[in-house]
Amino acid sequence: MADTLLQVEGLVKEFDVRRNLGIRSQKLKVQAVSNVSFSVDSGETLGLVGESGSGKTTLGRCVLRLLEPTAGSIVFKGQEIVGLSSDGLRALRRDMQIVFQDPFASLDPKRTVQAAIAEPLEIQRVGGDHPQRVRELLELVGLSPDHARRYPHEFSGGQRQRIGIARALALNPSLLILDEPVSALDVSIQAQVLNLLGELQTELNLAYMFIAHDLSVVRHTSDRIAVMYLGKIVELGDSETIYENPAHPYTHALLSAVPVPDPEVERARQRIVLTGDVPSPINPPSGCRFHTRCPIAQDRCRTEEPAMRTVTGGQSVACHFPLEPGVTLVELAGRAAASA
Amino acid sequence: MSDSVLSLRDFTVSFPTLYGTVRAVRGLSLDVNPGEFVGVVGESGSGKSVTFLGMMGLLPKSAIVGGSAKINGEELVGASNRKMRSVRGQKISMIFQDPLSALNPVHRIGAQIEEMLGAHQSLSRQESERRVIELLDIVGIPQPDQRARQFPHEFSGGMRQRVMIAMAIANNPELLIADEPTTALDVTVQAQILEVLERIRQELDTAIVLITHDLGIVARVVDRVEVMYAGRAVERATVANLFDTPSHPYTVGLMRSLPALGRERLEPIPGSPPNMLEPPPGCAFAPRCAHAQAACSAEIPDLREGRSGLTACIRSHELQLEVGTRG
Repeated sequence: MADTLLQVEGLVKEFDVRRNLGIRSQKLKVQAVSNVSFSVDSGETLGLVGESGSGKTTLGRCVLRLLEPTAGSIVFKGQEIVGLSSDGLRALRRDMQIVFQDPFASLDPKRTVQAAIAEPLEIQRVGGDHPQRVRELLELVGLSPDHARRYPHEFSGGQRQRIGIARALALNPSLLILDEPVSALDVSIQAQVLNLLGELQTELNLAYMFIAHDLSVVRHTSDRIAVMYLGKIVELGDSETIYENPAHPYTHALLSAVPVPDPEVERARQRIVLTGDVPSPINPPSGCRFHTRCPIAQDRCRTEEPAMRTVTGGQSVACHFPLEPGVTLVELAGRAAASA
Repeated sequence: MSDSVLSLRDFTVSFPTLYGTVRAVRGLSLDVNPGEFVGVVGESGSGKSVTFLGMMGLLPKSAIVGGSAKINGEELVGASNRKMRSVRGQKISMIFQDPLSALNPVHRIGAQIEEMLGAHQSLSRQESERRVIELLDIVGIPQPDQRARQFPHEFSGGMRQRVMIAMAIANNPELLIADEPTTALDVTVQAQILEVLERIRQELDTAIVLITHDLGIVARVVDRVEVMYAGRAVERATVANLFDTPSHPYTVGLMRSLPALGRERLEPIPGSPPNMLEPPPGCAFAPRCAHAQAACSAEIPDLREGRSGLTACIRSHELQLEVGTRG
């Protein structure tokens, strides 16, 4: 058993929003992350998947305390980090870094690669030979040490993402939050960056929180996966189990919606196409938040919120009627429709 | 073939820039038959969008479009603006990645669709209102009579894309070009939009060209695939053949880059796509290709018989291309 690096309990993040009602405006709260608990072990990858508005990015930013959580506890390396002073936070960020989605927006166009990668070393007042460290980091991410003198516009998207990774690694962190690190890249380049992340993890014993909407990428990279829907984790388990035997109807529908690059599989597949869109988090549905789109929802789902519980296969799921291994949602939905 | 809906021959698009001429499309020939669902696959910069924007006359004036592009035998390259206006929306329609920027925020959805109808048909007020409701119904928008009176901001991303499709099919075009229509959408909504496109092809018999970078989407919906690289078609095959026996090293490289079951390590294509200011001589993929020989850089290869379908690889018969584990 590896040691637990990060333990999150009951995390809540609310944002204030205003709704215009003619001349008056109404103050409302949106719970972007709603009572979420999970842990990350050292050296492992936890994948965080969900559609837009599911709260996955907000959750990642709360863990780094780039956003202030409204409630809950985040313990990193045995230390509670919610409520930590700014000095404490600076020390924390040596150990926890983030790589952003957009490699074009996350680098300052007026600063050289040298300056971009050395910036964390300066902020943390790390001594030593910074140019030498930058050269090492560039080699580590598969770029040439000579690139240090160049500017971001001289690089392609994939190369910029490598620079972003080098910057995140400058302080030898033990946890990297990867927020959609490859979704802006073409597939052939995406594969290069995914391989690099895998190599770095083994070499440096890094833990990753891998936030993505692309389920096949998450499956490839993650040891365990948390599936989010409207601010809640609805299913959590090791990645093979989640993909082979999803217990939550949402996970099942999400997986069946992902196109597989194989026409035989694609055309033989039974697919549950969810109707409608993700509801607004300003006014989330009562009971189970997924009930408005769930093909097997029952009365209990509309009134009572399901708690996370462990099911066979070792995964946890927040559903009153989790799917048994081997039973497909298509069959269940058919049965429900027949009895109705 | 004279009975194809769309026929491109040696089609080219270039952009003069300060640094020289960017040759975005370099001699593309392809046909789309009536009612056919064709996928055009390629990475950013492969020329897949620029080809169709150029053909529709939707590129900036500085773009130089050459070769031939015929819709039902009528030449579009060099056609007058007036001619192009009668083609766009009536014979060929196009939908884009971002439906919000394509809709006017201050007009009701119904009025915007009626505008499209009025541009090409003369209908009475009642007829056109009835047709709007019918169109919204075809693309699966519930309560179409009420939704027609709403504004774009009242629609979600998926619903807006449905509106765009309704607008695109308003005048029964023979060809619908869908340029990455689901890239901005979540997967569950993407599945809904793909269903709408399939239904339109089946019920209205509209030919559809789907431009995408996602091989999974291609596998799901299209009949035939054109793979593009550096402004040219490198492989053309039915969707089943493309995945069974890909016969261009670039296609194989794309497939091997994808995460799949049992594929522990991805095999990316080394290097990056060429600079289109100075594309490599001969086969543009040669600098990144593990099988390249001196002959590959001698001249630009045309499409030729491959293992099944057409390929622009001069060595496809000697190569045993394998993708390995399938997704």
